[in-house]
Amino acid sequence: MLSVLKNRFEQGYRTNRYPEEKVKVFSRYRGRPVIQDNISRATLETCAASCPQDAIDVQNQKIDMGRCIFCGTCENNANGQIKFTNDYEIATAERADLITSGDLPALAEHAKQHFKKLFGRSLQLRQVSAAGCNACEADLNVLATPFFDLGRFGINFVASPRHADGIVVTGPISRNMKTALLQTYEATPAPKVVIAVGSCTISGGPFIGSPEITEGLDKILPVDLFIPGCPPHPMTNLHALISFFK
Amino acid sequence: MSNAFLQISNAQKVSRKDIPHLPFDQFQSQALELVGNGGKIVHYFAYPDKGSLKLLAVLRTDKLFVAGCDVPDPYPSFTKTCEPFHLFEREMAEQYGIRPQDHPWLKMVRYHPNYTDGAADVFGNDYSQDIPGNYKYYQVEGEEIHEVAVGPVHAGVIEPGHFRFNCIGERVLHLEIQLGYQHRGIEKQLLTVPAKRLPILGENIAGDTTIGHSLCMAQNLEALTGVQPDQGAGVIRTIALELERLANHIGDLGALSGDVAFLPPANYFGRIRGDFLNLSLLICGNRFGKGLVRPGGVRFSLSNDIRKVLNERLAELRPEVTHVLDLLFNAVTVRARFEGCGAVSHEDADHLGLVGPAGRASGMVYDVRRCFPTEHYPHMGIPENKKTTGDVYARARVRYDEILQSLQMVESLAAIPVETQCVNEGIANDLPASSFSVALNEAWRGEVSHAVLTDEKGKILRYKIKDPSFHNWNGLAMSLRDTGISDFPLNNKSFNLSYCGFDL
Repeated sequence: MLSVLKNRFEQGYRTNRYPEEKVKVFSRYRGRPVIQDNISRATLETCAASCPQDAIDVQNQKIDMGRCIFCGTCENNANGQIKFTNDYEIATAERADLITSGDLPALAEHAKQHFKKLFGRSLQLRQVSAAGCNACEADLNVLATPFFDLGRFGINFVASPRHADGIVVTGPISRNMKTALLQTYEATPAPKVVIAVGSCTISGGPFIGSPEITEGLDKILPVDLFIPGCPPHPMTNLHALISFFK
Repeated sequence: MSNAFLQISNAQKVSRKDIPHLPFDQFQSQALELVGNGGKIVHYFAYPDKGSLKLLAVLRTDKLFVAGCDVPDPYPSFTKTCEPFHLFEREMAEQYGIRPQDHPWLKMVRYHPNYTDGAADVFGNDYSQDIPGNYKYYQVEGEEIHEVAVGPVHAGVIEPGHFRFNCIGERVLHLEIQLGYQHRGIEKQLLTVPAKRLPILGENIAGDTTIGHSLCMAQNLEALTGVQPDQGAGVIRTIALELERLANHIGDLGALSGDVAFLPPANYFGRIRGDFLNLSLLICGNRFGKGLVRPGGVRFSLSNDIRKVLNERLAELRPEVTHVLDLLFNAVTVRARFEGCGAVSHEDADHLGLVGPAGRASGMVYDVRRCFPTEHYPHMGIPENKKTTGDVYARARVRYDEILQSLQMVESLAAIPVETQCVNEGIANDLPASSFSVALNEAWRGEVSHAVLTDEKGKILRYKIKDPSFHNWNGLAMSLRDTGISDFPLNNKSFNLSYCGFDL
């Protein structure tokens, strides 16, 4: 008992004060990418050619954050003209908004306002893991740990779609998981929310081109919230959930 | 030992013409002899070459061996006399339509059409239908027998898989595990993508083992192209692999604690795990180490300012980790629940070929870091960490030992300046023709290995991936025999296996 108390004392209070206070991440973290207006065509072409995800549109000077895995290869080739900032607040309500030169619409204002009314005080989510690498799941799971403490916002992950207000999908939806995903969606009572987490779910991610997967959840279900990343940082998830529903 | 297999080294280029291509009878007798005498299977897979199918086996004793042969028709199953071949032969049947005659449990592995042009499906499946297709689960009959079916979608935020328990009352007689829901077709896709995508697919095989898999891929491509990463890169890779081990082992102990309803360590370790993931982010910008390892070296240096923060964080974390470990392991209630639960005997572990902490808990001392060291491991002492009881307690205790060892390793490596010439995209060189390389590493779950074969034009002909979970899922099934079904979560977490690493 004494050691339980001693440990409790040592651990202290660890929960962050987000959204009142921003959480600082280490400087090498790669969040929202920004392409400088004056980037030369040649540099951008080099970056686009080196991008393993072919996520850079040279013509329009944009990066598709839904395809991007935030590896930073382009940044190394861009002479400072593409930067991955430390900004982790990068989720969007529309797929098209993920294709960006660096500007993103404020999520809170673009959220569907009736969702705030319905789910603002209590949001129960069912997670469906559909063929990713399990990193997205891991960084959703940590939202339950004391540092993030998602529960304090009235948002929880629940065990059954019957208890849920929506589903959170991770992974590129393999052929073998498609039915289970669609059944989970069906089993969730309406009105319901669909959230796509991670590059795989949004576009197929690293597995784009494989015949075994689906290139984008929005091709098979209506998606309300897109959270990009490989995986999205837990703060990206937290920001998205709070801004969209609160 | 007189053996027709060729002795090779870890992550070393071998010309394919030097790999013994044996008559099938000789291949069979030599492989069975090696494995029968305690050798283990690292790889055993089929590949197409010039219009016909061939087999290749990589086996290990205290050395590594390789040999191949043509596929005979019919192909007689080795599993009948030598259990460790069981899953490898099932995989071969699924991938290339090779039916192992008299295989005792010929069942699909990941549920996908085979890779050949038109060879009949061994399992009689129609893949437009959902998994498990044309397969009836193993059934136990009797008056008081009942079945519990769980998954593919589980109650928590975890990967999909199907578990079928045959029970009598609360006791589990048999657990059958059906995976394949995470199948993304990675081995096949690796043959079609441009070189720049190879490391990306490599690090997304299993996100919690990003470094383990990335290292295997990088070491193979380095061996094939003759590129030698500098010493600093080896140190940074070693630190990254140990940070991955620390984060996962600590997370596992937290989860185990939660499953026996001792919540303080569950919460503390949950948070501390995140602190170790953040140390990976500190180095490379990603909590799982994605983007760090590339063929030829690493993409991020361990500059002195980063190293300083790393050392400060480690100094803060060490007492917290030690105190929470003591809190967990000194609690008699925890001990009472861990001890004797889900024991896997040494004999079973040996027949199943268990690896990693799950293997060491059952007395299998193998650790790639000690037996076939790569990167900076030749300069580090790795203890055996062997336990004998094979129960949840042993699997937890191995993690306890390894957490303290890994912490010490990272501390000592980060104590001195590390210099490396960073790479960005990795090797763009063409691969050499008709070559082979196999790389093994000790990821946190155990031996992870990739093997690469190139054709006469230097194109990748076959890319074989093996996650440690491939060996260990049957260990979990075995641990549940005659165990209360309510102890499944505890046993499951004590193995904490990868679904996506298995499903590929």
